[in-house]
Amino acid sequence: MLDVKKIREDFPILKREVNGKPLVYLDNGATSQTPQQVIDVIVDYYSNYNANIHRGVHSLSQEATDKYEEARLKIQKHFNAKEAYEIILTSGTTESINLVAHGFASLLEKGDEIIVSALEHHSNIVPWQMLCEKTGAILKVIPMTLEGALDMDAYNSLLNPKTKLVFTNHISNALGTINPIDYIIKQARQVGAAVLIDGAQACPHLKPDVQALDVDFYVTSAHKMCGPTGVGMLYGKQEWLEKLPPYQGGGEMIATVSFEKTTYAGLPHKFEAGTPNICGGIAFGAAIDYMNAIGFDNIATYEHELLDYATSELLKIEGLKIFGTSKDKTSVISFNLEDIHPYDVGTLLDKMGIAVRTGHHCAQPIMTFYNIPGTVRASFAFYNTKNEVDALVAGVKKAKMMLS
Amino acid sequence: MQSIQEIQEDIIDEFSMFEDWEERYQYMIDLGKTLPLIDEQFKTEDNIIKGCQSKVWVHAEFNDNKIEFTADSDAIITKGIIAILIRVFSNQSPKAIMEANTDFIDEIGLKEHLSPTRANGLVSMIKQLKMYAIAYQTQVN
Repeated sequence: MLDVKKIREDFPILKREVNGKPLVYLDNGATSQTPQQVIDVIVDYYSNYNANIHRGVHSLSQEATDKYEEARLKIQKHFNAKEAYEIILTSGTTESINLVAHGFASLLEKGDEIIVSALEHHSNIVPWQMLCEKTGAILKVIPMTLEGALDMDAYNSLLNPKTKLVFTNHISNALGTINPIDYIIKQARQVGAAVLIDGAQACPHLKPDVQALDVDFYVTSAHKMCGPTGVGMLYGKQEWLEKLPPYQGGGEMIATVSFEKTTYAGLPHKFEAGTPNICGGIAFGAAIDYMNAIGFDNIATYEHELLDYATSELLKIEGLKIFGTSKDKTSVISFNLEDIHPYDVGTLLDKMGIAVRTGHHCAQPIMTFYNIPGTVRASFAFYNTKNEVDALVAGVKKAKMMLS
Repeated sequence: MQSIQEIQEDIIDEFSMFEDWEERYQYMIDLGKTLPLIDEQFKTEDNIIKGCQSKVWVHAEFNDNKIEFTADSDAIITKGIIAILIRVFSNQSPKAIMEANTDFIDEIGLKEHLSPTRANGLVSMIKQLKMYAIAYQTQVN
């Protein structure tokens, strides 16, 4: 059981007001809030041991390096990667995906196929389109059903020996659908295709085990799971990371440099050119500690209660329609009120201190599928409460009254 | 004919009578719902200004050194704000439109809607109104 009242004490931002009303923060899918325990780590870094890492012989540099590498070990342990050097620290999910896409440019040939799911965020569509333009590979799409789930029969029929890469998000940001990635990976194995999973929306809710999944690449961002913005990770199987060429040239990623030839550093440094987000990486480790202390089983159970309660309360509002009704979903509710524009609903909710996301959620193909301009999305975290769900329901009712 | 400045002052006066955000927004929503703002034939791809959140259509006609604007949006609150902007900018000379500013929006408590992060198309719409004014002014010269 979660002591939510006590947990909320950890988040200073939850005490503030917006437009004269207590903040009801339901935009956790965009970014989670940061607990004092993580803020303290950030302050401690800049107050006590800010230094560049991996090269100084002085004590501060050593301390910072130790903490940074300690964070990498925490991340390794959390995701159960076999080796710490299979964890590449990046600026976030988008950079992680681009790093892999860039690497595959040298591995793909004309006519090779890449499979992407219809539930993707734009950051998971555009890099692959660019890759296809560059290499002559072909992009195939796993279609979605009306409930917002991926059509696995259609997926199986897309797989063939030309398939080189399959990528999908673990959980859809727009609808909250949990995709059957176990099955997707297993099927891709049959044709020898690599699989990349975008875990940005999954990692705040569950704890993926990359070895059990037998996934080739898994990516996420710290700011979705109580960490700071501007830092994230790429997990890659060692064999893949060795096969892929470096993404960016610069300091840190080299072994020796002369004007005739440069040899690259080993993993993970080959992919970590330049001074990294040192403080961010260390705080990412602290965020993982924080979430594990609460416990992902507790988080999942509690968030499900919130989801069920919010779903049933929202559906009592006449004319409200929820998009994404798959039985496997996380605490995300995407909805519209009749044909009222989501921008109008979101604007009025903001006036009432309620933060939701409105629009197409960087997933325009999904909105085109449903033929809507966008949705209002409420995404819940373990620090949200039933009272906040009630505030949302009351706010939506009021918005409906004003707009109808 | 009232000047842009006079119309803006009128609007500020009208808004000062509202006691809270609800009254302000209800007024804009009602404006957005009632006014026919553009002829259907002008709701074309050419006239569209795509915001990330809502769409805006703008059409201009130039007669007797005055520009008449009509516009619309798929979101009601955006449409309400458009109604206010049209009231200020339409049927004015290109020169007056070029010189006008939109500070009054701040004074009536709707500043956030003209923030570029809002992505509702209104910032681009105002830019578009000014572009029309510059184009017609060049034509006159």
